[in-house]
Amino acid sequence: MRQLVVTSGKGGTGKTTVTASFVALAGGLVIADADVEAPNQHLLLHPQVIEKKDYEGAKIAVKDPDKCDQCGKCEEYCRFDAIQELEIDETRCEGCGVCVFVCPTGALRLEDDTTGVTMVSETEYGTFSHALLDIGAEGSGKLVTEVRKNAERLVQDEPLLLIDGSPGIGCPVIASLTGADLALIVTEPSVSGRHDLERIHGVTRHFGVKALVCINKWDLSQEMSEEIEKYCAKEDLCVVGKIPFDPEVLDTIKKGLPVKNLLKTKAGTAIINMWKKVEGHLFKEIINWRR
Amino acid sequence: MKLAVLSGKGGTGKTTVAVNLASSLAEKGEKVLFLDTDVEEPNAGLYLKPVLEESLPVTIPFPEIDQENCDYCGECANFCQFNALAVAEGVVLTFPELCHGCGGCVLVCPKEAIQEGKREIGVVEKGWADSIKFWQGRLNIGEPFAVPVTRYLKNGLADVQEDIVIIDAPAGVSCPVIEAVRDSDFALLVTEPTPFGRHDLELALKMVDHLGIPSGVVINRAGKNNDLISELCQERNVPILLEIEFSKLLASLGSIGVPFSRVLPQWQDRFWGMYQSLKEGCPCAS
Amino acid sequence: MRIGISAASKDLDALLDPRFGRCPYFLIVDTETKEFEVVDNPGNMAGGGAGIRAAQAFLQLGTKELVTGQAGPNAFEVLVEGGVKIYQAPQVKISEVIELYKNGDLKQITTPGGRGRGSR
Repeated sequence: MRQLVVTSGKGGTGKTTVTASFVALAGGLVIADADVEAPNQHLLLHPQVIEKKDYEGAKIAVKDPDKCDQCGKCEEYCRFDAIQELEIDETRCEGCGVCVFVCPTGALRLEDDTTGVTMVSETEYGTFSHALLDIGAEGSGKLVTEVRKNAERLVQDEPLLLIDGSPGIGCPVIASLTGADLALIVTEPSVSGRHDLERIHGVTRHFGVKALVCINKWDLSQEMSEEIEKYCAKEDLCVVGKIPFDPEVLDTIKKGLPVKNLLKTKAGTAIINMWKKVEGHLFKEIINWRR
Repeated sequence: MKLAVLSGKGGTGKTTVAVNLASSLAEKGEKVLFLDTDVEEPNAGLYLKPVLEESLPVTIPFPEIDQENCDYCGECANFCQFNALAVAEGVVLTFPELCHGCGGCVLVCPKEAIQEGKREIGVVEKGWADSIKFWQGRLNIGEPFAVPVTRYLKNGLADVQEDIVIIDAPAGVSCPVIEAVRDSDFALLVTEPTPFGRHDLELALKMVDHLGIPSGVVINRAGKNNDLISELCQERNVPILLEIEFSKLLASLGSIGVPFSRVLPQWQDRFWGMYQSLKEGCPCAS
Repeated sequence: MRIGISAASKDLDALLDPRFGRCPYFLIVDTETKEFEVVDNPGNMAGGGAGIRAAQAFLQLGTKELVTGQAGPNAFEVLVEGGVKIYQAPQVKISEVIELYKNGDLKQITTPGGRGRGSR
């Protein structure tokens, strides 16, 4: 089984749409939405949830007010300003346990904190692992790991695990990328698209994941597209696809049509061609310890 | 007035709105501080093109073991919730990139054999983009913790003279976003009229409600029919403050890094007008 | 010889789990008598630093031989400092892993593999 992560340095480049089109093209796959902070894949795949589990993503300090003698030591030692006027601010607590340690009266303890749900669903195309994080919840890197673990558990003899990766360069991205056989970076022809491509490429290089590049809506700025291609040539990054801007894609999405309809658009033709190349890279070239 | 510009998902045009708002207000003579708190992808500078004068390292503490005094009891590794320490035979290993810097290991060590060093995880840069004071944070590649950079960036706000602080927040609704948006007077939620946009706007609304910050919506890439968003706004009783129609001209100006309000003065007026109306709607503005 | 193996479930028919840090169990097996004990891997539940937590727990088991698929750099460092020899085996049944080990067919890993998922 091969793992392909579709990712981007910034959001909104069309990563989810590209992933959804691949879903329709691949045949025989397990899908994971590792973009746990803004999961969108479910809006396209219309999944039937078959399994739902609370996700305990963090530890959190909990106070027993009866035992508290208001000495204020917890507040003094907490480095995250998570205790103010002796009340715990859940949005700031990192669950380190220092307050528990310094409390002389045993009024504080660490508890598992439910910070989201993980779900396994059926879709027309294959099993789908996804999650929803509570607002402001921490530990999305662990949740990404959980989503990936669920997905890996679901793989039977499907040749592909397709992961809609998290954008950015922080913890969730690292968690969604590492362990992948191949990353497809979706970018767009703009100064920020180019800038973020460089940053995400830095991450893939850092973690030794082979990367390919797709320029989405490339014709919105041919000048920037060329610049991105130049950068890729210099960095030995293969540009496997250039997708034209196509309002029909948005229409298809707005109408909530099945993702295979995406392939009927002008952009879809470019995606089909790109998929052939990605498939080639994915199943021929990669040398990996995993079997 | 502290004004946070955010969006539930990336790529909605949050930075576009933030930079156009900042430059429109500056053109009208307001004193503006622009804060790019999207430390994983600080992009506002690509549009505002600031001259950065100062670069300040952001550090977090991590444990340094005095192997002389250590008797390898393992208390530190046992305590650490983040597994940033491990005790093998005759050595304590530390993993700084996992350390949150809570200081717990120092407290629990019975031999006082742990001190704290500092590790740079990013920088805060300060400068000027013409008359706009410009600050941004940047997280080093491979570093997982964005919040300390954001916090460092916002710590400087206590002493600023500018009347208007525009905070370009990261996308999403995670911890670094909360840190960026916290204590703002108003939140400008940027979205687009798609099912994705609507879904993520719902998340963003939940977050600002949770933080108790009044908000208004900007619809970017608006089309003829924006019911997807306007219905939600009506339901939640949130005002739509501005609609930016999709046009290839705006998109191409954006793609080469030009805030469109600079070349299209009617947009300057529209952003100015939006600011006036949100000021009225915002109980904390004076 | 007592060896530790990262396992997907709790008996000799279980498959080797190629992930050291996030495998659910360690099976500690006597290669001669085939007697074994099952130990939960605390790394499996760790938010971050799973490999480190797993390695720390493994050191406490006292065995100096480990068979797994891959150990990330952090886990690798802890294990090596703790004097553990790490062998790489394919994802096959534990009973087969034992045979491979006894026949000397397993390669010792001397460099860490790719970083684990969820490095935080």
